[in-house]
Amino acid sequence: MKALLIAALLTLGLSGCVHETTQVTFHAEENPQSLKEWGLFDVKAGRITPRAGLVAYELATPLFSDYAQKWRAVFVPKGMSARYNPDKTFDFPIGTVIAKTFYYSTPAGTPPGTSARVLKVTPASYQAGDQGLDLTHTRLMETRLLVRRAQGWEALPYVWNAEQTEATLQRTGAAIPLEFDDGGARNRFVYTVPNVNQCAGCHATDRTKQLFPIGLKARHLNRDFPGSGGTVNQLTRLMQIGYLTGAPNAASAPRAARFDDATAAIDAKARAYLDINCAHCHSATGPARVSGLWLDLPTSDLRKLGACKPPIAAGRGTGNRLFSIVPGHPEASILAYRIATNDPGEMMPETGRSLTHKEGVALISQWIAGLKGDCAA
Amino acid sequence: MHTPALLILASTIALISGCSATAKTDAQGFVIDPGFEAKLQEQLLDAKPGAVITIPAGKYAITRSLSVAVPGVTIRGVGMDKSILSFARQNSGAEGLLVTGDDFTLQDIAIEDSKGDALKINGTKNAVMRRVRAEWTGGAKTSNGAYGLYPVQVSNVLIEECVVKGASDAGIYVGQSTNIIVRNNRAEGNVAGIEVENSTGADVYGNIVTNNTGGILVFNMPDLPVPGGKTRVYKNQVTANNHVNFAAKGTAVASVPVGSGILVNSNDDVEIFDNDIKDNQTASVIISSFYSLGFESKRGIAAAYDPFPENVYVTDNRFVGGGNDPGARYEPLKALGGGALPPVLWDGFTNPKIAKAGICVQNGDAKTLNIDGPNKAANPRIETGVDCAPASRLPEIILPATMLAKK
Repeated sequence: MKALLIAALLTLGLSGCVHETTQVTFHAEENPQSLKEWGLFDVKAGRITPRAGLVAYELATPLFSDYAQKWRAVFVPKGMSARYNPDKTFDFPIGTVIAKTFYYSTPAGTPPGTSARVLKVTPASYQAGDQGLDLTHTRLMETRLLVRRAQGWEALPYVWNAEQTEATLQRTGAAIPLEFDDGGARNRFVYTVPNVNQCAGCHATDRTKQLFPIGLKARHLNRDFPGSGGTVNQLTRLMQIGYLTGAPNAASAPRAARFDDATAAIDAKARAYLDINCAHCHSATGPARVSGLWLDLPTSDLRKLGACKPPIAAGRGTGNRLFSIVPGHPEASILAYRIATNDPGEMMPETGRSLTHKEGVALISQWIAGLKGDCAA
Repeated sequence: MHTPALLILASTIALISGCSATAKTDAQGFVIDPGFEAKLQEQLLDAKPGAVITIPAGKYAITRSLSVAVPGVTIRGVGMDKSILSFARQNSGAEGLLVTGDDFTLQDIAIEDSKGDALKINGTKNAVMRRVRAEWTGGAKTSNGAYGLYPVQVSNVLIEECVVKGASDAGIYVGQSTNIIVRNNRAEGNVAGIEVENSTGADVYGNIVTNNTGGILVFNMPDLPVPGGKTRVYKNQVTANNHVNFAAKGTAVASVPVGSGILVNSNDDVEIFDNDIKDNQTASVIISSFYSLGFESKRGIAAAYDPFPENVYVTDNRFVGGGNDPGARYEPLKALGGGALPPVLWDGFTNPKIAKAGICVQNGDAKTLNIDGPNKAANPRIETGVDCAPASRLPEIILPATMLAKK
């Protein structure tokens, strides 16, 4: 114990400007270079664990990010809480910190922090994260913070070092070459940490250009997840611990489907998938409003969802197809093409991936195949 | 021409690299400066309103999209053939440079070989592109990015003295914007040279538009939040836009006939005058409806959308040559024009609810061919009902003086 303390002190002395803290610490104005200064995590004995007040959560259907796993957690200052909203991001108080840590499983036998080969998650390697993460076979990529300051939300990407002891602010992002092993094929790709503007590319969901968290909405959180109180509904938990006020009974709150839920209806799964992967841009107010293709859950008009809708500015992203969606024909639908292609000039989403999400493409293709009607003249 | 802009300019010049004269280059001619890209993006993140970011001479490889979100930023090179941001090695991002900050100026610089659009400006006001070259250097390829210069939902747009080459859709594409001047540019070797789409209030003049598939397009597309109208196209040189159409199938421009000089589709209140339109092999001017684009479907057209062109005035242009090789579909119609299609081609679709479409051609002895699209071209004819003029002419577009001040 004493040795550890001395080691910690030494580290402090060497790095000079890092003010390490053992509790979650909100910075109202400055952007610390070191993630440690936010005091969010303990990193020791091969584990990264949340400090008091940092509560892990999971979304029903997450955004696909090159098969990276994401450990999400939120901190709300003591005595404060977010206000519930059935449709929009909950209104979190100043001082809220949301931390999303991107990581991959790594093969045994290589130091995880430098392993260029990363693995697809399996039921055996899945980590919920409510108690933190075991780092033995885990490569930490980056931790993205969304912090609620007086002037609004701000996005700060921190990139982890090879030793997995420290993450530093990289406002211009980073490009990290990796090889993804899905258990069958291996594909080289460049893992991209977004720059601060690119964070806004997804999180500025309307023309005010204000940033907002995307996942912390009723429909995405309305599911069971382990944590304090056991495996319970997350809306219920957030109410119980005082992080949220005004939420109805979970049964009467909106609920997005889990895209990989074998028991859910295809339509519900596909729409949940499009909502979380596309609607931050593709809505009446998002940056892709200019396309006229709106993929958010509240949109019900099939044409706005792309049925028989000609493309506007797709360029070669059309994949030589005429309409966003041709009901019954994924092979003739631009939507299915653009979520499958890996060409940066064609693919959707425009940022955040360079691999194809096979399961997502399969789901959307299945959904389009089941839509009725056609686009014949 | 007033001083505040100049003062800001003088006070906040930020140099990216002090010394470029001695810059070493690699085998492909790229400046060897591994820190350049991150440093540039960092400057763009940290820029304060009024900042001028200068790009020295040299060809710099950029691997990820650049972006500007702060208002009031100017990026300036030392010349469109000297300061080059090349995206030939780009591995992520849908465009070369993405701008979401108001009051943006880009000038004296080139953006080359981006994977998607070269420059996209989305949802801002007051955007200036001056002496910018947007080019795909490998020539016309379907794999080139869609648009060269692409402001969308921008109010107040000035694009002047730019050069655009090789776009697989439109070299200059102004979409869903208002109050626009596109002047004195050169658009060459694109599918569409210059396109104004779903935009309101545009003056397009003094441009040299050549060797594209279609020269200047004024379009309205359906299912968009913003309809358009009120465009003047004048004093342009629209010459030999006979390039093979290399657009991806499915794009609206894939249906542009090879050899279209000026093409109006589904747009209202358009004036085409005082242009030199020469040697465009299908027609000098084409006026058409959405029904001629090949997107019709059983679902019909969105109720809010007007698929018909109305109040289009063609006058005092100088037509030379053209119409000589309109493709197999129209070849038999050449006889109607005495061996070549007449200079003006109209698909003939009109809104049954409107008494007069206002398609007016008063251009010396130039004839208009109505191809009788509504009857599947059963009765194509020289149209005699187009000798008319609009009740009033469109006003000149006025932009804020700060945008017009030469820098």
